[in-house]
Amino acid sequence: MNNESQKITTPRQGKTYTIPIGPVHPALKEPIEFSFELDGERIVGVDIRPGYAHRGIEFMGMKRNLIQVLYLSERICGICSISHPLALTQAVENAAGIEVPPRAQYIRTIIGELERIQSHLLWAGVAAHELGFDTLLHLTWKVREKVMDLLEDLTGNRVDYAIPIFGGVRRDIPAAKGDLAHAVLRYYRDLLQGLMDAFLEDKSVEMRTRHVGALSRGDALRLCAVGPTARAAGVEKDVRQDMPYFAYADLEVRAITPRDFEQEPVGDVFDTIIVRLLEVAQSIEIVERALCEMPEGELVSIPKVAALLSFLKKAEGEGIGRHEAPRGEVFHYVRLEAGIEEPIVWKVKAPTYSNLMAWVPKFMGAEVADIPIIAASIDPCMCCMDRVHVADRSGRASIRMKEELIRLSREKTRRILG
Amino acid sequence: MIFVTLVRQLLDRPATNPFPTRHMPRSIIRLLERARRGKGAIHPPVPVPAGMRGKLVYDRDKCIGCQLCVRVCPARVIEFRSEQKKIRMHVARCTFCSQCVDACPVAALATSREFLLADTDRRSRNLIVE
Repeated sequence: MNNESQKITTPRQGKTYTIPIGPVHPALKEPIEFSFELDGERIVGVDIRPGYAHRGIEFMGMKRNLIQVLYLSERICGICSISHPLALTQAVENAAGIEVPPRAQYIRTIIGELERIQSHLLWAGVAAHELGFDTLLHLTWKVREKVMDLLEDLTGNRVDYAIPIFGGVRRDIPAAKGDLAHAVLRYYRDLLQGLMDAFLEDKSVEMRTRHVGALSRGDALRLCAVGPTARAAGVEKDVRQDMPYFAYADLEVRAITPRDFEQEPVGDVFDTIIVRLLEVAQSIEIVERALCEMPEGELVSIPKVAALLSFLKKAEGEGIGRHEAPRGEVFHYVRLEAGIEEPIVWKVKAPTYSNLMAWVPKFMGAEVADIPIIAASIDPCMCCMDRVHVADRSGRASIRMKEELIRLSREKTRRILG
Repeated sequence: MIFVTLVRQLLDRPATNPFPTRHMPRSIIRLLERARRGKGAIHPPVPVPAGMRGKLVYDRDKCIGCQLCVRVCPARVIEFRSEQKKIRMHVARCTFCSQCVDACPVAALATSREFLLADTDRRSRNLIVE
């Protein structure tokens, strides 16, 4: 009797086949290689191989002075282009012991949060597109333009804002620009309820995303997921809440989970939509409060660029910088040595690197048609994340695992000792 | 919300600006060339904000040749001409961070609001500032 029901759910039981998706595929926005093991339409196994968007940015950074590295870091990610400079400036300030004036801390917070609004709206549009709901994509991206225009007005650039500098920020937000920002935030405040209805009350969106790509709280903790991916699974984890930096300690930021929408978190795609849209509302509040409470004062602690360069050249030490990017925690590590302008070590850990493993439980048991939306649900950014590419001269890649390396090392010791 | 928006869009003007023309011309280069000679009109671009970081402007007389801009430029836009002790900027490489403007001790550099810099030749006169 058991056999009968099993036959219906798994028609080719015991016999699976493998389909590759990527490195280049229309369902993916950036190159990554998936290898799915399928039983009929069900995914029973998945393997992920990153490394196709490696650009050697850290190595390039180690050949440039720190001010040049700052603008290089801005180009690690095209969508959250302020997250990496914010983390890098914190790391260098930590290493060199530079104080940042309070007003600059607030301005960094404001630009960082405006970017979160922009990035989450972009993601929501992409998610709608992956579901085949292109009307919603165009609508979301149309309203996203408002915040892009505001960012251009505040910073001078539409993307890659070039705002933070070691020890402060490069541009002030005067009162007139503050009013402009308030107007844009009011626009989003009025619009947001409608946008939430369009996503969360829509039958087709719910049918395609509810219980699709679920991630349990235990898996999220075990696999060290970060950002909205972890929060959708009910893990209250947010760098802004756990280790407040910039002005976040004054603004009392709290990690948002689906519980704020009065739903028990299951970590599926629907929950990630809830979390991201609620975070847009949260960011609007943060920016409004920050604009009102911003103290007067200096913008930078070392205003002269020549003085800053010579100060950084004399600095010695290591530092870390963490920032809650729209996709999760971004982490930068630098090591400076006195007398050398370039950082000796620069290490970047982008949020996608942490969230990559969360893909495996999310894909398990899903159908082939759910692959694009589940892949998009962690908001992946491959070019941020790729830091290693494995290749040998013949063109074939080979990976040596830890156990093999230990074995080789022990063999060498034995060989030397005879 | 979706339905209301869709109905309203039948009457609204498009959200995007039809730049440089409403329909794709046969040759965009010829169209721009004619517009430059004042023969044809192009649809104007969206006005840019006051502080926009556009093409760099260089005041040659103010420059003291300190090379600080050369040191901070992340894209290696700036070439130092040692015989004249002046600089030459290759705007085609510029990332518009305006760090050189901040670094210049004598305010010889500035950003303008000019942003229409697309060209077929990266060494064209429009893309070299000296």
